Amino acid sequence: MGHLLLAARADISESLRSRWFAVYALVFGGVVVGLFVSGLTESRVMGFTGLSRLLVTYLQITMAILPLFVLITTVRSVAGDREAGVFEYMLSLPVSLSVWYWGKFLGRFVVVFLPVFLAMAGAVAWGAIRGVEIPWSQVFFYTGFLLSLALCFLGLGMLISTLARSSDVATGTAFLLWLFLLLFMDLILLGVMIRSGLSPEGVVAVALGNPLQVFRTASMMLFDPQLVLLGPSAYVILDHFGRTGYLVWSLVYPALLGLFGAAAGFVLFRRGDLP
Amino acid sequence: MIRFEHVHKRFGRQTVLDDLSLEIDRGDRIALIGSNGAGKTTLIRCLLGEYRHEGRIEVDGQVPRQHRTEVLKRIGFVPQIAPPLRMPVGQLLQFAAGVCDSDPARMRAVAGELGLDVADHAHQPFDRLSGGMKQKLLISIALGRDCDVLVLDEPAANLDPEARHRFFELLAERQERAAMLISSHRLDEVAALVNRVIELDRGKVVLDDHVADQLDMDARLECELRLTQADEAFARSIEEWGFVPEEGGRRWRGLVAGPDRLRFLGVLSRYAGLLEAVRLETAATVTKEKAS
Repeated sequence: MGHLLLAARADISESLRSRWFAVYALVFGGVVVGLFVSGLTESRVMGFTGLSRLLVTYLQITMAILPLFVLITTVRSVAGDREAGVFEYMLSLPVSLSVWYWGKFLGRFVVVFLPVFLAMAGAVAWGAIRGVEIPWSQVFFYTGFLLSLALCFLGLGMLISTLARSSDVATGTAFLLWLFLLLFMDLILLGVMIRSGLSPEGVVAVALGNPLQVFRTASMMLFDPQLVLLGPSAYVILDHFGRTGYLVWSLVYPALLGLFGAAAGFVLFRRGDLP
Repeated sequence: MIRFEHVHKRFGRQTVLDDLSLEIDRGDRIALIGSNGAGKTTLIRCLLGEYRHEGRIEVDGQVPRQHRTEVLKRIGFVPQIAPPLRMPVGQLLQFAAGVCDSDPARMRAVAGELGLDVADHAHQPFDRLSGGMKQKLLISIALGRDCDVLVLDEPAANLDPEARHRFFELLAERQERAAMLISSHRLDEVAALVNRVIELDRGKVVLDDHVADQLDMDARLECELRLTQADEAFARSIEEWGFVPEEGGRRWRGLVAGPDRLRFLGVLSRYAGLLEAVRLETAATVTKEKAS
């Protein structure tokens, strides 16, 4: 455990001093500040106002930025470290491969999750200071969704980093994965459904397998319990899962997918040439 | 102590280590030489358990790949190119000492002996240090713990003459109880440090010979040079070795670390036309210190 924390701390220390982290933290901090400054908490859309409105918007923006950011920075820095000789040196020290790999994973998770969470927590704290009502149930679920989404894309990023031997290939692969997941979101799915005559269940199953869509639908469900915005697919989801079931699925599935990806990455990492 | 048995390593279709067999005993100080692509780095990485390979490598019966932490606890490694780590120097030492179950104070002490005060740079990112400082710190991490195998890749390339001498002294302290594998492109860089030379070519051992050297690793040579005339370029080169001018730059005096003498003579050879006389002998002070 001691060595795992040492490895995690080393990775956190490396990340905190890199430019990508500064940009990353600024983007999420900036988004929250921007939403406050734009007076979003005062506006009313579909009956939503105050902090709930701000958090919904924040989550939608996060969904667009966080996966790409996490994927690209993870694969670039991990594959970049390998190219630059960091692996050669760090792995010459007597630290077990599992401790090193999972320590890196843990450290990186802290680094990618904390700015997103702190930005949201900052918004909640600011709202509390200004006397705005805090939607605690939403805050709890949104924190869970963000945690799950960060774990998911970090795990996939670690897997890609292990597979790709150069940072260019890793970056390209990460971008393609993000694009692929983006394409299989509801707009495209509707098109596919209409054109190919695929069963609604099949198309919904694809959507349920897409962590981006899972995150989006779940965050939507918190303010639109009947998923009116989603159209006919909502019936399939609500009939099969129910509201609670779907919220649990959206908290657990992306996290498990990420952990599975990271575990697969570890098996490949341990089997192959390390530097 | 270390045994390589029919080690074979390929990258794609390219064979980098070709049925290589080798035994290294405690007390062996090996110059691992060969041109680029000869297989030196691959051999080192296989020993460190970083590469998969065919054949078998053992360190006292333990396979580096399978008994990773046990084997690596015994190996101190100094890479040729320092890794571009951004973490602060103090934290790097804490991390290295933590995973090596050593005391960071020991590593700091070695750094101090090499002329690097860690306290002055504790909060500075490692990659912002100069090349020489990085090298000193990596040597400190390798020597500031209990290891009996030293794997050094061009270890003294960036060190100033005084630090080189201290480094050679530190190696001399371990020469009986440790095996050393010192990789270099050029034999003259490491010749006086070693008692065995192994040359690799296209992944095979093409030379494995023992070296007889009467001079101790920690010896110093007193040197006096006389020139036919003072010369600015010569002065710049020789001042890097810590030499002091006399007679308006026509005479120079200084100390040369014993293992550095071939490299030093290589530098002098560039100015052969200027040299009137060269005197090089074992420094009396060092001999006295050793006697006491």
